[in-house]
Amino acid sequence: MNHFKLSLRMLHRDWRAGELNVLLLALIIAVSGIATVGFFADRVESALARESNQLLGADLLVISSQPLPEQYAGEAQRLGLSVSSLTKLASMISNGDSNLLTEIKSVTEGYPLRGRVHLANQSSPASATEAEIRAADGIPQPGAIWVDEKAMIRLDLKTGDVVDVGVTQLTVTELVVREPDHSVGFINMGPRAIINAADLEKTGLIQEGSRVSYQLLIAGEPHAVQQFRDWAKPQLTKAQRMEGIRDARPEIKAALERSEKFLSLAALASVVLAAAAIALAVRRFTQRHLDGCAVMRSLGASQRQLFYMYVYYFIALGMIASGIGCLLGFAAQQILTHWLTGLVETELPWPNWLPAAQGLLVGLVLLLGFALPPVLNLRSVPALRVLRRDIGLSNAHSMAGYLLGLAALSLLFIWKAQDLKLGLYIVTGFISAIAIFGGLGWLLIRVLAGLRHQAGGAWRYGLASIRRRAVSSVLQAVALGLGLMALLVLTLIQDDLIDDWHTSLPPDAPNHFLVNIQADQLQPLQEFFQQHALEPPRMYPMVRGRLIKINGKEVSAEDYADDLHAERHIRREFNLTWADELEADNQVVQGAWWDNGTQKAELSIEEGIAKTIRVKLGDELTYDIAGSHFSAKITNVRKIDWDTFRVNFFVVVPPGLLENYPASYITSFYVPPTEIHRVHELVKAFPNILVVDVATVIGQVQQMIQQVSQAIEFVFLFTLLAGFAVLYAAIAATQDERIFEAAIFRALGARREQLSRAWAAEFAILGGLSGLFASAGASALGYVIGKHVLHLNYTFNPWIWAVGVSIGVIGVLIAGLLGTRSALSSPPLLTLRKIG
Amino acid sequence: MSDNRVNQPILWTQALTKQVNTGDQQLTILQDIELQVNPGEAVAIIGASGSGKSTLLGLLAGLDLPTSGKVHLDAVDIFSLDEDSRAALRGRILGFVFQSFQLLPALTAIENVMLPLELAATGNAETTARRLLERVGLGQRLHHYPKQLSGGEQQRVAIARAFATDPKLLLADEPTGNLDSATGVQIIDLMFELNREHGTTLVLVTHDEALSRRCARQIRLADGRLVR
Repeated sequence: MNHFKLSLRMLHRDWRAGELNVLLLALIIAVSGIATVGFFADRVESALARESNQLLGADLLVISSQPLPEQYAGEAQRLGLSVSSLTKLASMISNGDSNLLTEIKSVTEGYPLRGRVHLANQSSPASATEAEIRAADGIPQPGAIWVDEKAMIRLDLKTGDVVDVGVTQLTVTELVVREPDHSVGFINMGPRAIINAADLEKTGLIQEGSRVSYQLLIAGEPHAVQQFRDWAKPQLTKAQRMEGIRDARPEIKAALERSEKFLSLAALASVVLAAAAIALAVRRFTQRHLDGCAVMRSLGASQRQLFYMYVYYFIALGMIASGIGCLLGFAAQQILTHWLTGLVETELPWPNWLPAAQGLLVGLVLLLGFALPPVLNLRSVPALRVLRRDIGLSNAHSMAGYLLGLAALSLLFIWKAQDLKLGLYIVTGFISAIAIFGGLGWLLIRVLAGLRHQAGGAWRYGLASIRRRAVSSVLQAVALGLGLMALLVLTLIQDDLIDDWHTSLPPDAPNHFLVNIQADQLQPLQEFFQQHALEPPRMYPMVRGRLIKINGKEVSAEDYADDLHAERHIRREFNLTWADELEADNQVVQGAWWDNGTQKAELSIEEGIAKTIRVKLGDELTYDIAGSHFSAKITNVRKIDWDTFRVNFFVVVPPGLLENYPASYITSFYVPPTEIHRVHELVKAFPNILVVDVATVIGQVQQMIQQVSQAIEFVFLFTLLAGFAVLYAAIAATQDERIFEAAIFRALGARREQLSRAWAAEFAILGGLSGLFASAGASALGYVIGKHVLHLNYTFNPWIWAVGVSIGVIGVLIAGLLGTRSALSSPPLLTLRKIG
Repeated sequence: MSDNRVNQPILWTQALTKQVNTGDQQLTILQDIELQVNPGEAVAIIGASGSGKSTLLGLLAGLDLPTSGKVHLDAVDIFSLDEDSRAALRGRILGFVFQSFQLLPALTAIENVMLPLELAATGNAETTARRLLERVGLGQRLHHYPKQLSGGEQQRVAIARAFATDPKLLLADEPTGNLDSATGVQIIDLMFELNREHGTTLVLVTHDEALSRRCARQIRLADGRLVR
């Protein structure tokens, strides 16, 4: 019979006899955990991406200063993507004698592809209740214009009025309350209007030299969008660029990336737990198959025959268990999704099949890495064991087996982390943890065992048992410790991550910006805030200057012709400010912040912009500010936490350098939704001040954070389940030994409770050791991951020690006692006969 | 098999010695064992507990390695072979009956009997196993697991398994050691009947004088040496 058939038969027979229960359970839980996390994370990520794409109005934009060639829309349609186009330009709109420079968006059918335009047919959204605000059904009809509140107020418009736009006339039909692609930047913060693309030509606004932005909006299945992106990238000319939500919105990019990292961490924790469970379960498997292999060897099976048999056996087992795990994972995430639909307002998109393939692969790699090497050692079981049961396998064999498993695990880590740095941190952390836990466990067990003569009754037997099963005990403590450590790390980071988000974007995060405040308005503005019982915000001075020289060498937009993004920065004016203190959400990453009262011409620059315009520490930048030149040297580079929505500047200088230049002021503040009419009063009282409303964006980001937090908590439940698998495998690992031990003890007259107490003592010690290891490991790993990977303000939590040790003791004790109930209840004679 | 092998002993040993190191001293378990078993013979190796009987059986089957000396099994010097070739030789010509039955707990009675046939890739494993189990009186218990069978029944399965490959030589290690005396007698009767039917050579290791007398020849072992 060929090896494959024979191994399938053996597998079938072992399966039927329940020999594979522990291994199967460990593997199924592990794979279903990984698949659940995978499927769920995949769906949540796409949902979050789609939701955040509402801020862009599409999944992807192709932007150009020239009309876009047909090929872009053609290719997108060929890929099954929805397309719509948009043309943006600034022009005057007139109502009688009043003229207003307005940003006009001319749109085609389908706009926006993500999110909705919200309208109200009142003259001011301040008086429109939420019930009167409705989502637009389509786009403006030809001949119609939709305008925003600023235009309504400044041009004193009401619906039905006719305005001049270029050389044509359009009728105001709607007031725009919210647009999905409302810009938060300070470039386009003027009044806005939307018209039908069919009217654009009639306006005659597009002339040679007009500054127009042509945009192609694209949306659809993520892989098709990615395909389009890959196709379009090499086609882009200098005048064209692509923008996804991550390119456009740093604050959303940061939130999304962190949550993705966390979800991969959760999946990684399941991998660690699965590895621990499999390593424990396979130990039991090997021990139970020693006799069988010895019999087969005595019956003429060659080592080669056993080798192939077990390789096929484990591949088949891995495929079946991983397959079941994937199906369960899919079912579990379906339930989870169903359960979450009430909580998450977004309809989750259908997951792709990649997580199933990953689950299958992870299951196979784990099983073949951790189970196969020790099992393959079975082929060298001395056949003499059929005559002498005391002959077995040396521990050196099985220890060497785990090395391959560790190597496999490391590769999985790096792959699953999707981040080399994160993967390496975790691999190093876990390998060091295994080495330290193993060494320390061995030492502690020896020390504790030495104390057994001083200990009383149950503790003495418990300690003696641990000592007798030293290898098993160390393995159990290490595996349980690792499992618990993974859970603790995840808990620590999860709390920190969610806290950090909530702190960076609290419910009262600034939701309005005021720009263009003049020096003489500072005082009246303060008074306005005080009168209306609003907290007066801090005012930031702002001087606008164009970068003209780097290290004395003149720069022009042409120098950056290969980078549209950089070119735009050089063309437009920079906002410069002065400050003596570093803002709380800023961090100096290179150089040092200046001393208070410095007289030197120093300059601090944000790291992203420094990279874009290619400057570094020590470079001298010269700005043209209202005709005069201002130069300063870069003495530090800052990293800005963009998630906070506070006022931040790319360029900051010490006080005393810019005060003589013409400055305006900028601020941000929070207005509760119930007080929104104060903003309208402010607009009326200070007509020159521009008010930028970011409440919609903030609301969306906050909602997203809320959803991610919930998702993270749910995903954590699955990791916890994998933790139980480790516990089960750990207890089952010594089950056979215990049944035998119980039989002997009871034959010698021990009462059940005496045995039970001795085992309880053993489990408590084992659990305590695991808890101790886990707490130490979790504190260290949590710090490293929090600080260096997720960039959180990691707070050391002393409670982790108490919690870790308590969970270890209680968890192992309960699971141990429950797991050994059957060992206590089997009749001793039956067991002793069976052992022969 | 060539004709000249027919009259050769199926098993013979040459100065077979086994020593083990027990820390600071060397313990001799077997010393210069010379024995010869001819085809069709039934030989009992008899000795008290600790006399080295099981060690000798292990060496005769090539399950263990001697310190010095040789074992020839079916004219093959088994210690000149590597472990896998010895296993293949065992599969071809040896059958075992152990004191502790050594049935695989995950396999039913019929699957335990099929196992050596499957390992040897012999066709009709199931038919042969079924026939043998019927022969040992377990036709009704083919699909029972070892734990569902009594000790006597388990040993019957083990005997059926030992004869499954139609071995030339059957090695039995205290086959009644774990059975009550009445069952023991039945088992031995069955084993001798099958031995006759199959024309198998039998080497039986026991400490039981009465049982040893069922064999045509007795070889006595004391303190690791053959006593003539």
